[in-house]
Amino acid sequence: MGNKLIDLQGISKSYGKHMVLDDLNLYIRENEFLTLLGPSGCGKTTTLRIIGGFESPDTGRVVFDGQDITNLPPNKRHLNTVFQKYALFTHMTIAENIAFGLKIKGKSKAYIDDKIKYALKLVNLDGFENRMADSLSGGQQQRIAIARAIVNEPKVLLLDEPLGALDLKLRQDMQYELIRLKNELGITFVFVTHDQEEALTMSDTIVVMNQGYIQQVGTPENIYNEPENAFVADFIGDSNIIPGTMIEDELVEFLGTKFKCVDKGFGNNKPVDVVIRPEDVELVTPDKGTIKGVVTHLIFKGVHYEMEVMANGYEWLVQSTKMSPVGTEVGIKVDPFNIQIMNKPESEDEEAVGVDE
Amino acid sequence: MNKARRKNALLASPYIVWIAAFIIIPLLFIGYYGFTDREGNFTWENITTIVRPEYYNALGLSLLLAVISTVICLLLAYPLAYILRNMNMSKQGFIVFVFILPMWMNFLLRTYAWQAILDINGVLDHFLAMFGITDFNIINTPAAIVIGMVYDFLPFMVLPIYNVLVKIDDNVINAARDLGANFWQTLFKIILPLSKPGIASGIIMVFVPALTTFVISDILGGGKLLLIGNLVENKVKADNLNLGAGLSLVLMIFIIINMLFSNGDDTDVNTVKKEVKK
Ligand SMILES: Nc1ncnc2c1ncn2[C@@H]1O[C@H](COP(=O)(O)OP(=O)(O)O)[C@@H](O)[C@H]1O
Ligand SMILES: [Mg+2]
Repeated sequence: MGNKLIDLQGISKSYGKHMVLDDLNLYIRENEFLTLLGPSGCGKTTTLRIIGGFESPDTGRVVFDGQDITNLPPNKRHLNTVFQKYALFTHMTIAENIAFGLKIKGKSKAYIDDKIKYALKLVNLDGFENRMADSLSGGQQQRIAIARAIVNEPKVLLLDEPLGALDLKLRQDMQYELIRLKNELGITFVFVTHDQEEALTMSDTIVVMNQGYIQQVGTPENIYNEPENAFVADFIGDSNIIPGTMIEDELVEFLGTKFKCVDKGFGNNKPVDVVIRPEDVELVTPDKGTIKGVVTHLIFKGVHYEMEVMANGYEWLVQSTKMSPVGTEVGIKVDPFNIQIMNKPESEDEEAVGVDE
Repeated sequence: MNKARRKNALLASPYIVWIAAFIIIPLLFIGYYGFTDREGNFTWENITTIVRPEYYNALGLSLLLAVISTVICLLLAYPLAYILRNMNMSKQGFIVFVFILPMWMNFLLRTYAWQAILDINGVLDHFLAMFGITDFNIINTPAAIVIGMVYDFLPFMVLPIYNVLVKIDDNVINAARDLGANFWQTLFKIILPLSKPGIASGIIMVFVPALTTFVISDILGGGKLLLIGNLVENKVKADNLNLGAGLSLVLMIFIIINMLFSNGDDTDVNTVKKEVKK
């Protein structure tokens, strides 16, 4: 991946008294698939609209390819947007929709016809030229919206929850389709979603947001395996988040029990949050576990079983390919490597964290 | 017929009675009178009377004034509706309310108000006199009639256009900008075509009453300028129902032409019907 292509510097935005973005700093590199991930209302769309030029920030700058474009209108920016509900032109045919941007730029008819053919092929909708936009299914409209954007050869494609309205199967197909498209076209994608699985599947970089603040920026593996705070841990997949005390380096106490871990540098006897992924909780016979508990719930999830285990006053979420029926007495064991230690929120920034969702 | 449809038919019955009593039957009467003479014998004469100069001229003037009023209403209403659409929600409701308010006032009263304004030694004269302009007489001219028509019928143009404009998704407009269109390109290629149904409804709702009015021409034309509506009124009052009905039928032809011309299939009313069917 290349250099910084888009640089958001100190962006703030309020609607009335409601602060939607507060001093947001973020850069997007050339050819990157970057995803803004967060619960509904956290400011993802607003961020995208500021990049697209549909909203101007109260403070801060938007830098594109080294140029300040904060005050440039959308029609002068070298990027295109795929809007949340497709926003096709319903009074035009598919071909006219796709041709719209090219006609504005005064391209020749031959060039435009070529591009329409090429774009329809790219999104697997050859032969749809003369259909009307509103005669298409959601998934097809979605792909036309993408085709309409990419024929303009933007440097960056902004996509606002483009798969949100599709059903599960179609959504998964489209995820692969989008990744393929991105690789074929070699352009930068800024993708917005509130679906953590989608973000993990598709992205090079994930930006986790909550209440207008960036919580963590990293690769999918990074975000999943090493969440920096309880909000991220909770939002990305299910987690056991348990308050505890860091006794000393590599030793943490929670639920009245001491556990070995691998984290250092938190100081001695400091309050922390402990995060353990449900698939990292091992169920063993009671005598072999660090603590003892009883299975209270059991659900079959396809790939694995999901169980809840009551142990030392905390209901542990456990995923395993082996099942233990409700009522079984079990021991709980966790590999030290799988225990994530996180600072308790102190600053105001971090307090926005984990309030709801 | 299944249950649901039978229930629908039952629910529709008062409406069907209403249509029969107040639309179909009167129309049949007009048709009957229009094609008969006083003795009840069939004749074309009531229809062909229109070629006589006094009738022909009145129809011509009516068409001209109706077209002018409709065009002026459209030119005023479109920007207004567009500005309204782009206002934030809380203000929008209030302004729309202000706009509808005069429609609650009696139509005659509003027209008489204009008479008071435009009359010789009226409000306008006094106002112009302050700037040293005298002898500006507009009352009893076609211009006065057009002013009255525009004022009375403007809301009927604004509302249907406003209705289609608010339904256009912001992101459709944003998409056009995103694809490189400037303000005017977005207006002419996206917003105007998408608001065609509203424009069509507005044109019908202004043109039809403007073409048939006799009240406005009576009050602001001083009874000297006869529109086709005045002639129909005179004939009916003079107990010549047959000629009145014949002239009405001729008028109806122009109204139907107007409706076809403003793309009957695309009007707001029809769009609503289609949506209901879905
Ligand atoms: N035009 C607006 N006027 C007032 N509030 C808005 C406006 N647009 C967005 N907001 C508010 O800003 C917050 C963030 O919105 P948004 O960026 O759309 O969130 P997301 O896309 O993450 O769901 C929400 O609380 C929303 O209600
Ligand atoms: Mg959003």
